[in-house]
Amino acid sequence: MTELLPDPVPARAMGSARLRADGPAKVTGLATYAVEHPADDPLHLWLVQSTVARGRLVDLDTAAALAHPGVVSVLDHTNAPRLVTDDPDTTDPELVVLQDDRVAFRGQIVAAVLAETSEAAREGAALVTARYETEPHRAELRDDSPAYAPESVNPDQPTDSDDGDVEAGLAEADVVVDQTYRTAYEHNNPLEPHALSVTWLEDDDGPRVTLVDSTQGVHPVAATLAPMLGLEKDRVRVRAPYVGGGFGSKGLPHAPEMAAVLAARTVPGRAVKLAVTRQQMFALTGYRTATVSHFRLGARADGTLLAIDHQVREQTSALKEYAEQTATPTRMLYAAPHRRTRHRLVELDVAVPSWMRAPGEMPGVYAHEIAMDELAIACGLDPIELRLRNEPDVDPETGKPFSGRRLVECLERGADLFGWADRTPEPRATADGEWWVGTGVASATYPTMTQAGSQARVSALGGGRYSVAVGAVDIGTGARTVLAQIAADALGCAVEAVDLEIADTDLPMATVAGGSSGTSSWGSAIVAAAQLFRRDHGEDPDSGVHTTASAAQSPGMEQYATHAFGAVFAQTRVHRYTGEVRVPRLLGVYSVGRVLNPVTARSQLLGGLTMGLSAALFEESHRDPRFGHVVTQDLATYHVASHADVRGIEAVWLDEEDPHVNPMGSRGIGEIGIVGTAAAVANATFHATGVRVRQIPVTADRFVG
Amino acid sequence: MQAEITLTVDGTEHRTTVDTRTTVLDLLRERLGNTSPKKGCDHGQCGSCTVLLDGRRHLTCLALAVAHDGAEVVTSAGLAAASDDELHPVQRAFLDHDGLQCGYCTPGQVCSAVGMLDEAEQGHPSHVTDDLEAVPELDDDEIRERMSGNLCRCGAYAGILAAVREAARS
Repeated sequence: MTELLPDPVPARAMGSARLRADGPAKVTGLATYAVEHPADDPLHLWLVQSTVARGRLVDLDTAAALAHPGVVSVLDHTNAPRLVTDDPDTTDPELVVLQDDRVAFRGQIVAAVLAETSEAAREGAALVTARYETEPHRAELRDDSPAYAPESVNPDQPTDSDDGDVEAGLAEADVVVDQTYRTAYEHNNPLEPHALSVTWLEDDDGPRVTLVDSTQGVHPVAATLAPMLGLEKDRVRVRAPYVGGGFGSKGLPHAPEMAAVLAARTVPGRAVKLAVTRQQMFALTGYRTATVSHFRLGARADGTLLAIDHQVREQTSALKEYAEQTATPTRMLYAAPHRRTRHRLVELDVAVPSWMRAPGEMPGVYAHEIAMDELAIACGLDPIELRLRNEPDVDPETGKPFSGRRLVECLERGADLFGWADRTPEPRATADGEWWVGTGVASATYPTMTQAGSQARVSALGGGRYSVAVGAVDIGTGARTVLAQIAADALGCAVEAVDLEIADTDLPMATVAGGSSGTSSWGSAIVAAAQLFRRDHGEDPDSGVHTTASAAQSPGMEQYATHAFGAVFAQTRVHRYTGEVRVPRLLGVYSVGRVLNPVTARSQLLGGLTMGLSAALFEESHRDPRFGHVVTQDLATYHVASHADVRGIEAVWLDEEDPHVNPMGSRGIGEIGIVGTAAAVANATFHATGVRVRQIPVTADRFVG
Repeated sequence: MQAEITLTVDGTEHRTTVDTRTTVLDLLRERLGNTSPKKGCDHGQCGSCTVLLDGRRHLTCLALAVAHDGAEVVTSAGLAAASDDELHPVQRAFLDHDGLQCGYCTPGQVCSAVGMLDEAEQGHPSHVTDDLEAVPELDDDEIRERMSGNLCRCGAYAGILAAVREAARS
């Protein structure tokens, strides 16, 4: 296997609109998702969860469950197969399931029922009774909760940053904004609940495990599970042909996956199917921590920033640390001589938080962009003008030039499209019947990343056709469509001549569909393999010849600060008497390098905007600190935007390419749509009503009384 | 407890014995091998399991199979199979307007749209219909309202709206 620094690829298919390759399979429902894969005589698994937040399981009565017709067995910590947990480098505490009697959070897996049918498994799980010795727990993120500084924040960034002297900058400032902004606990809630079908096989070479999983990365799942199972990675085969969304919650394997594998190990040769319920997802498949951002902005009277101070408090779990990188975008978004960021974590006895779309950027930029709106008001400036006055020449964090920073053009283009010039500067100035009407704006940014390690294989099939294989996953992003376009251009053939194979660990290594890095990481590997293939095998290759390669990192990734940028504009209507908020218009303008497929890219950006709108107005997981679990654990009480909530919504982008980041000229687009959106909506509600709401979701009660 | 029922699914009649706890959704997905309707919540809150049950859109996760002896079910797969073309016109419109991403809610959205267009044609009003006497005109507000029982977490509503709008016109 060779590493190659790929040459830039001339765009022919890249950039052209192509309908989703797997669209026909999806609209008919013939696309099969994890648990839907046919298996002969499968067993069904149902999880039993702890009903206390902290303590010890002292007794588990399984007699009634085992007596229920169809129930095969009940797994618990006394009889479940043992995991390898003595190596801290390969042991994920979240995945150490059914190994001991400790309960670390309410909702933890304490048993699992295997049965011949899903009905029997479900009934059997209900018949299991557990007795606990409870211990005092903490489950509330309070302003006075003791907090600590983690060693780093997700994924591996400094916890703190200091440039200049923030206190001196604030003392020198003519105008200071000193406010606290809060975001709610949020759950990813992909429409397909986490699910898998798993079979444990014993053959002459030892155990072999096959999973059809709902995951954002088949290779990462195999690499994570294998060592804890005492297996080599190549003994764990993971496929994920169709995945019903993830939004970060399927980026890492979670406890249910391990529970299903352990159950399968007890019934070698027989498939075990586990479909996590929507309710169980609220404890077992990750979520976004609530965040509390204390912002202090100091500026001259003309709006020029002197000091930016962003101190974050957020929550992690006692079982496993996760440090949301909320203040990291603050380090690069605007220029100021004096800057400081802090992350502090409160450790609670709760479910394990994890990635949710744009971790860090979503809550962090939300806070920053409302603070900027407040600063604009305080300085008597238009919010766009304030942002123009604080544009940095180079990346404030690293001192490197940006590979491209066209935030100002995004703001100006958006202002044109949105009719910003007609806006009345004063808040609470426009009424339409019983509705106050206002508009708001926010900047958006997301780092442009290419992850190392992906490989691709190009094979000649004869007759001018090619197989292109990479173990990537399409979770709805359009990867299946876009990777074929990239491969076609890299090979210099038609898209129709490419047979793309993805979503299987039998295919070359691919990194996770996360961090908006999938297309860049996998696409770079495909380009490297295609170019090396042409070099080795020419334009008329013999059928069967093949090349596997990975891409060396583009030197530009070291030389430049690489980020996507955007500007979000929102119009809101707030009902004068009920406080109901509606968003009739939402516009995002983006600078994301070359857009490889305008059809799927537009959908991703609109999807991000929609999720941002949803976070702005609806999404909040209510945890009851007395019991330690989320009580709004379904889609009737955890509200996500429905069709009627999404009105005029539009995403456009600048015509460009970024030559520094990868051979396609593209930046990631999966997450930037959610960034800044909640701030734009919140700022618009202030403009409509004159009421400043500093927490999301922005609910009706904030505007009445 | 078991019960014997007959269910016609996408034109094929099935005589089958079911656990009386079994929903139509689980019967389709786990016994009859039809995974076109999806399970997103199992509580009637997301719409992913929508099929046409005796001609009307219906949430199969809230329907016990034993209560629907003799019923006729059409899933999104059946809509395609029954079309002259490879796809039903509503499915084609979803594809053309990219009214989907991950695809998990999509078969339910498609069945819901087909059922909803029929309801509108029969003059059923919705929450946002002003004139309850007239045949409702399917403007964007009407489509959004009538499609709001089907959640899409990927946020493909703009494409779904365009698709249903086109299907309503043809």
